[in-house]
Amino acid sequence: MINSKKYLVAFAITAVIFGTAIFVSNILSQKKLEDVRTIENRVALDILSSETQFALLEETSCRDIGPGFLSKELGSIGEKLTYAENQTEFNNADLEYLKRSYFLLEIKDYLLMKRLTEKCGVKPTFILYFYSTKDLCEDCQKTGYVLTALRDKYPDLRVYSFDYHFDLGAINTLVSIYKVKSDLPALIINGLIYYGFHSTEELEETVPALKELAARAKALEKAATSTPETN
Amino acid sequence: MAEIQTLILYGSLFISLFFEVFLLITYLEVREELNREESYLSKDIQKFPTVTIIVPCFNEERTVDNTVRSLLNLDYPKEKLSIIIVDDGSTDGTGQALLRFESYPQISVLSKENGGKYTALNLALKKVQSELVGCLDADSFVNADALRKIVPFFQDTSIMAVTPSIKVFEPKSVLQYLQKIEYSWGIFLRRMLSSIGALYVTPGPFSIFRVRVFTELGGYAPGHHTEDLEIALRMQKHRYKIVNSQGAHVYTVAPKSLGALYRQRVRWTYGFLNNALDYREMFFNKKYGHIGIFILPIAASSIFSTLFVAISSVWHNLSRVLDALVKFQTVGFHWQSSLPSFDWFFINTGVLPILALGAVMLTLVILYLSIKMADGQVRLSRGIFFYLTLYIFIVPLWLAKAVFNTVFRRQVNWR
Repeated sequence: MINSKKYLVAFAITAVIFGTAIFVSNILSQKKLEDVRTIENRVALDILSSETQFALLEETSCRDIGPGFLSKELGSIGEKLTYAENQTEFNNADLEYLKRSYFLLEIKDYLLMKRLTEKCGVKPTFILYFYSTKDLCEDCQKTGYVLTALRDKYPDLRVYSFDYHFDLGAINTLVSIYKVKSDLPALIINGLIYYGFHSTEELEETVPALKELAARAKALEKAATSTPETN
Repeated sequence: MAEIQTLILYGSLFISLFFEVFLLITYLEVREELNREESYLSKDIQKFPTVTIIVPCFNEERTVDNTVRSLLNLDYPKEKLSIIIVDDGSTDGTGQALLRFESYPQISVLSKENGGKYTALNLALKKVQSELVGCLDADSFVNADALRKIVPFFQDTSIMAVTPSIKVFEPKSVLQYLQKIEYSWGIFLRRMLSSIGALYVTPGPFSIFRVRVFTELGGYAPGHHTEDLEIALRMQKHRYKIVNSQGAHVYTVAPKSLGALYRQRVRWTYGFLNNALDYREMFFNKKYGHIGIFILPIAASSIFSTLFVAISSVWHNLSRVLDALVKFQTVGFHWQSSLPSFDWFFINTGVLPILALGAVMLTLVILYLSIKMADGQVRLSRGIFFYLTLYIFIVPLWLAKAVFNTVFRRQVNWR
C-alpha cells in the first residue's frame, strides 16, 4: 500500500525549497539593480556638480578644475550592466531602464568632456564605442576586451560604449551625427570612425593621446612614490 | 533551445530535491525502527535454520582463501552451515587454491567450464538442501556476526530475502577511499529502500534467500551481467519481500584503478538499464508499490538527468574557457582584469545556482547520516574529500558508456 501522504509532504517541502530559491534570487537581483541605480544616481549628481562647476568656469580659469572633475564610476556601471545582461534572473524592464539611464549619463559626460576640451584646450582622450547585442558579433566581444585592457592601462581614458540597436533617441542622434554604419564594432576616435576589430597596439598608435596619458600616469606614480612623508 | 535546456535543468533539480526530501522523511520514519531492530537482533536466536553459502570464483586465487576463511569464521553452528565453492573455469591458480578446502566437511568444491557467474550459481543451487541460501563473491569477506544479524529476519515468514550492508575492504588508493564513502551512501539508501519495500538489488556479496525463491521463480538468469539485479526485480515483480539488515556487515575489495572501476560501473549501469527495460511493465505501476511508482522511474531518470547536467556544465565551462582563450589571444594575459572580482554583484544569484546549493546541502546532510549509519560516527576523512571533489567528474563517464552500449545494443564485459 503506497503512503501517498509522504509523497505529498515531500512535494510540498520541495515546492517550498523551490519557492524560497526563487524568492531569494529575486530579492538579490533586485538588490543588485538597486546598487546600479544608486551608482547611477551618484554619477548623475557628479555630472550635475561638474556642469555647475563648468558654468562657473565662465568666471574662473581652467586651473580650478581638479582631477575628479569627471565621474570615475561610469566604467563600473558598464561592467555591471554587461554582466546583468548575460544573466537570466534580472527583470528585463528594470535592466532596460538602467541601461537607458547609463547611456544618457555617458552622453552627458561625453558632452561635458567635449566642452572641457574646447574651453581649456585639453586633448581628447576618449573613445566612442558602438557595439551590437542584437546579432552575433565576435569582433564586438574582442573589442570589448581591448577597450577594458586600455582603460585598465590608462585610467584617464574615457570609453563611452553604446548599444547600437538600443532604442534611445540620443544614441540615434549620435549615430546620425557621426554617420555610424551598422558595420559593427565601430570606434570614434578624434572624430574619425574605425570599423571592425583593432588590436591594443593598433589603437595605441592611432590615439597619440594614450601615450601622453601613459607618460602622465608614470610621472604621477613616480611623484607619489618619491614624496617623503610629512607627518 | 536554451529555454528547453533550462527547463530540463529545473526539472532535474526538482526531481533530485524531491528524492532527497523523500529519503530524509523516510529516515525520520525509520529512525525508531532502526533502534528496535538493533535490540531485536542482539537477542539470542532460538532456532538456527540451515544455510548454504555459494562462492562462485573466476580467477580469484588472491582473494578466495580469505573469502572462504571468513565464512568458516562465521559465528553460526557448523552443522547448520554449508559452503559450496564453484570454480567457473578459472585460468589462474584458483583451482589449486581451492584444493586446501576439500578436507572440510562443510565445504564442497565444484568445478565447471567457464559460463558466467549465473551458471556457477545455478550449478550450486541444484545441490542446495538447506532452508536458506546465499552467495558470497570471492572478492568479499563477512563479519563473524553477519549471518546472525540476517537470520532473525526470516522469522517473519513473508520475508524472502535479506541483503547486508556492504563496506569497502581496507581502502588504499584514492578511488578506494572515494568508494568507501560511496558505499556508506549505499548502506543508507538500501536501508531506506528496504523500509518502503523498494530494494531492487540483492547484491552478490552475502544476500541470503529462502531456497523456495529459486524453486518457485527459477534459478539465476544472465541478467545482462547483473544477475543480482535481475533476481531482485523478478522477486519484486512477484511481490516477494526483500529487506535489508543494516547491522550485517560484508566487506568487498573495491576496484583500485579507474579502469577497473569504470568497467565495473559500466556493467552495473548497463545491467540496470537493460533489466529495467526487461521489467518496464513495473514502471509507474501502482501494483508494485513504491518501487514501481517512484524508485525505478527515479533511478532510471537520474542516469539521464545526471548525464544532461554533466554535458550542460561541460558545455558551459567549455564556452567560458573559449572566451578566456579569445580574451588571451586578443589582449594577452592582463593581470589587472584577470583578477577575480570580489564584488558580490558578480556572484551568480540566479534561481538555478541557489537550488543547486540547496541540493548540495541536502546531499551533505544525507552523507552525514550515511557515514554515521555505516561507521557509527562521522569523522572528516580523505574519503569525504575525494568523494566531494572527484566523484561528480567520474560518474558521467560510465553513465555515458552504459547508455551508449544500451542504445547501440553493445554487450558489456564482465571485467
